[in-house]
Amino acid sequence: MLLREAAATNYFNLVPWVVFFPVLGILINLLVGGRLREKMIGVIASLAVAASFAVAVLLALSLNDQHAGTIIAFMNLEWISIGDLHIDWAFRVDTLSVTMMLAVSGVGTLIHIYAIAYMHADVRHHQDPTRYRRFFVFFNLFIVMMMILVSADNYLMLFVGWEGVGLCSYLLIGFWYDKGKGGANHLDGISNALAGKKAFITNRIGDFGFLIATFLMFGAFGSLQFDTVFTKAPFASQGTILAITLFMLLGVAGKSAQLPLYVWLPDAMAGPTPVSALIHAATMVTAGVYLVARSHELYALSSQAQNIVALVGGLTALFAATIAVGQFDIKKLLAYSTISQLGFMVAAVGMGAIVAGIFHLVTHAFFKALLFLSAGSVIQGVEAGHHAMEHGSIKESKHKRGEHLNEGGEFDAQDMRNMGGLSRRMPVTFVVYLVGALALAGIFPLAGFWSKDEILAEALHLHPAVFVLLIIAAFFTAFYMTRQIWMIFFSKPRSRPAEYARENSLLLTLPLILLAVLSVFGGALNLPFWHTLTHWLDYTLAEGAKVGSFNYLVAGLSTVLALAAIALGIFLYGKRYQAQAKLPAAQRPVDPVQPYLRGAFTGIQHKWWIDEFYDWLILRRYVALSRFLSYRFEERFWHDWLHDNAIAGSFRQTAHFLAQPVDLGIIDGIANGLGTISQRFASWIRRAQNGFVRSYATWVLAGMVIILGYLILR
Amino acid sequence: MDFILQPLNLVTFFPLVGVLVLLFLKKEQKEAARWVALVTSVVTFGISLWVLAQFNAANTGLQLEINETWFTFGDWEIKYALGVDGLSILLVLLTAFLTPISILSTWTAVDDRVRDFMLFFLLLEVGMTGVFLAQDLFLFYVFWEFTLVPMYFLIGIWGGADRMYAAIKFFLYTMAGSILMLLAILWLGNTQGTFYVPDLIAKGGIPADIQTWLFFAFAAAFAIKVPMWPLHSWLPDAHVQAPTAGSVILAGVLLKMGTYGFLRFNIPLFPEAAKEWAWLIALLAVIGILYGAAVSYWQKDVKKLVAYSSVSHLGFVMLGLFALNAQGIEGGILQMVNHGLSTGALFLIIGMIYERRHTREFSEFGGLWKVMPVYAVLTLIVSLSSMGLPGLNGFVGEFTILLGAWGAGDGVLGSVLYAGFGAAGVILAAVYILYMFGKMFLGPLTNEKNENLKDLNWREIVTLAPLLVMIFWIGLYPKPFFDLIGPTVEALVATLGM
Repeated sequence: MLLREAAATNYFNLVPWVVFFPVLGILINLLVGGRLREKMIGVIASLAVAASFAVAVLLALSLNDQHAGTIIAFMNLEWISIGDLHIDWAFRVDTLSVTMMLAVSGVGTLIHIYAIAYMHADVRHHQDPTRYRRFFVFFNLFIVMMMILVSADNYLMLFVGWEGVGLCSYLLIGFWYDKGKGGANHLDGISNALAGKKAFITNRIGDFGFLIATFLMFGAFGSLQFDTVFTKAPFASQGTILAITLFMLLGVAGKSAQLPLYVWLPDAMAGPTPVSALIHAATMVTAGVYLVARSHELYALSSQAQNIVALVGGLTALFAATIAVGQFDIKKLLAYSTISQLGFMVAAVGMGAIVAGIFHLVTHAFFKALLFLSAGSVIQGVEAGHHAMEHGSIKESKHKRGEHLNEGGEFDAQDMRNMGGLSRRMPVTFVVYLVGALALAGIFPLAGFWSKDEILAEALHLHPAVFVLLIIAAFFTAFYMTRQIWMIFFSKPRSRPAEYARENSLLLTLPLILLAVLSVFGGALNLPFWHTLTHWLDYTLAEGAKVGSFNYLVAGLSTVLALAAIALGIFLYGKRYQAQAKLPAAQRPVDPVQPYLRGAFTGIQHKWWIDEFYDWLILRRYVALSRFLSYRFEERFWHDWLHDNAIAGSFRQTAHFLAQPVDLGIIDGIANGLGTISQRFASWIRRAQNGFVRSYATWVLAGMVIILGYLILR
Repeated sequence: MDFILQPLNLVTFFPLVGVLVLLFLKKEQKEAARWVALVTSVVTFGISLWVLAQFNAANTGLQLEINETWFTFGDWEIKYALGVDGLSILLVLLTAFLTPISILSTWTAVDDRVRDFMLFFLLLEVGMTGVFLAQDLFLFYVFWEFTLVPMYFLIGIWGGADRMYAAIKFFLYTMAGSILMLLAILWLGNTQGTFYVPDLIAKGGIPADIQTWLFFAFAAAFAIKVPMWPLHSWLPDAHVQAPTAGSVILAGVLLKMGTYGFLRFNIPLFPEAAKEWAWLIALLAVIGILYGAAVSYWQKDVKKLVAYSSVSHLGFVMLGLFALNAQGIEGGILQMVNHGLSTGALFLIIGMIYERRHTREFSEFGGLWKVMPVYAVLTLIVSLSSMGLPGLNGFVGEFTILLGAWGAGDGVLGSVLYAGFGAAGVILAAVYILYMFGKMFLGPLTNEKNENLKDLNWREIVTLAPLLVMIFWIGLYPKPFFDLIGPTVEALVATLGM
């Protein structure tokens, strides 16, 4: 009864619950989680996100009837209100925000479920089961922040989620804050924490851009509320719009890991794998894409801004794809792939192809979450093999020669050179991984094919230069995924742990299977000729989403290129890799592709030395500046020299001069008679200064009492 | 008796009741001294809430006024005039709020001459509240100078190894600035015939060139107190040497006397000069923001890092005040409160680890999250508040300040670069705050001395809890606070013709 009544109107009023359900999850786990069994903690957290998803579904249903959506002012609370500045806590329900909610909470739920099993093993692997609860609290907090981000009705509330996900990223990358070896400084056990810090600070540089953009917007439009801004934007000058959009782009580059601020994302792989999947692949990093999509009315006003955004996206897509080719760490490769794919999305929304960008955002969320989680499954499988070997259930010669160790000198379960032949040991993982890889490579009819093609088709007529960048990036994508698949799953195992790798439990693999299904059929969201998503987003997009025509030429070209890349990959990493493995170390190339690329391979292997460059250009300069200011200037010059020496010292010398030659020599002689009196007085004073604080206080108090007494009795 | 029961008299002088009781205690009665001080300060806080209840935010003038002739000197009439308005109400509340918290933090930390410590602490509260309420320049000056005395002893007696150096530097430095202010006060009284601030404002008519002189004479006293770059040299010394509770009050309230002074006297009394020189104050403020942040990053001592971060934070406050528009000034006032809460909490937090380890060197710590998880999480929240994470209090202040300063780019400041560089300070804040948190809590637990550290006890959690509540409250729903100060500030801005 109640339900039907609600349905007759709508469920829009429920929107705050997309935020509050995960908040509830956090509270429950914080308050009683300590007394619960481990699994219950994970279940509560997962249910909280699932409830959020359910709310998002209800919102979507309501939107189906009332396309325009609505704005729900939460309890009519004003957040900040000064003069003409008014910012509310208000939620926005429209097709764009609800699409994001569905993607975030949907994928989020699956990853939460996966994490129940994954973190069970992970906390034991790292020997600190007490952190299981903490993980899920942080994980829920992330969903809270992400939901605030996508449901906000003004830029400042969006910024709460925007920085909030940055915080969660910091906490979760550095989740094993006392672990992690290597890193730039080879500091033991601190590198995870440093990776978290790097992410937060890099994001803050982007946030600086976001802040400036809000100042500019408030200056130009007198508001930060979306509708008001968009209504007034056409009357602003070109220069203002360009400034706003470009400062916003800096924020986008930070959050969505675009050039030049992408450097934090590869390091973010220090976090546990579910974190990589949820935050650093499927959801948080798409925030920048969402921001551009949300602000498309601003970008549409400036073709210059659109050009720049599209170029940044295109260049990032290609740049990161080249680096991915040279990675050996299973997760790092996926990280660079993520940066590259985000480049596709940013390029799309930059060009004004909002639907294509959001479409790819959603399908990418499916298959990249799938790939990361499968990678986690691979890592745990290999680790299980390693564990079994170390702890005696397998009594054979311990390690093969030539195993690749991590920077801490231990067996590296993430190094793909230590894998090989896992398809037979881990069949489920293999199949889902393959699905994810094919979807990412853009093979018909998987999800990635449709979304990537839509971007390419739009790029061809909107921005040909970016089209070229993207299609080359697409070729690289297919190539590096083939390389990864072959290194992990085919040929023979290249290390003992890989030989004994074990498939994981159903709790872990079930979300993988679901995500694999989504990765296969996700393209159905916006098939050519139906354009479901296009029509759906059309209700929100101002100028109306253009229904892109399916371009057979583009589809054909990209498929041919992808197949060629796969063929090349199989050629290089199939038999040839096996053959090279038998060569003596001195003659063996680092990677089968190295002999062809030569110097360039060294470049991509070192990520084009961008980290080193930033380290030199920014980090060291700042440290040097800080040291100069605090040591040379502040301490030595300002404090020691000026204050202690010049001022206090010369005062003391003057006083000494006055006291000794002047006072004793001249004045004392004259004032001899007064001396006796002053001595008496001094001894009286000394009594007052007897060091007893009490007597000082008494004096002060006496003064007070006299004043008060006078006032009262007057 | 009616006179003494006036709300503003009570809120100012009630701590003297505690002082009186303390005087009758014996030296050995430490526990009693603590309770007397705590109860007195809690009651004072209650009185401040009573003041708040009678406060009408819509009224932009002085409220609950007490206006009596104190004494006459020649043809000078010195008034005993107290009053509260939107500019001071939050600071009065902040003072009354932080004092019991500070006292609670000394429960085990101060064991030497407890009674005397408490006595000075309560006297300090009298002075601070008086500063925020006094409406006669002469009376203000008396309270202003009076606060030096108890603070001098708090640092000089209960401070660290170099306490005498720090105490004397603190005293002389602030004294030096005050002399100039005193001269300006006397000049004003002599020429305008009154020391009563509302009369002085109403009278106006000081020529612009003389306004400039007076403006800078007042500014000398206040800028040192804030402290504005480059007059901050006394602050790190004072903080490092001061006992925890002293640091909390020093950062939380005493520094605000400087920013408050600018707001209460410099802007309304010398509006022409304020507008003309806003750029200079804003420039020094922005330098302070960046300089404080950069210098913080290189510190080896946690407390020194936080001390320099104060220079940065107070730079934000000053930038906001001298944007001379509603957003800037309201943000600035709120940020005074925010800094009191966040930095006050940081000093409490540092005190807690100092009590356990008797060191504050970063090199001694690392990986503390493992042994002190509650402590770690609370520190994290306070740190995030200090670096201005949206949803926590610091952000609301910083954002409104920067927005105001940006808006003043077309007006008094003449350039948006002040706000732009100020906003860059937000990045640098993340750098030093995360450095601090990382050095203390992250990484492996390598120092054996830290292995058996006890997590926070209930008293410590209770000490921090009110601050945390306020951090979230102001972060999520600052409206009640803005409502208290809004009308007064908007009236002030209107008189400036901005």
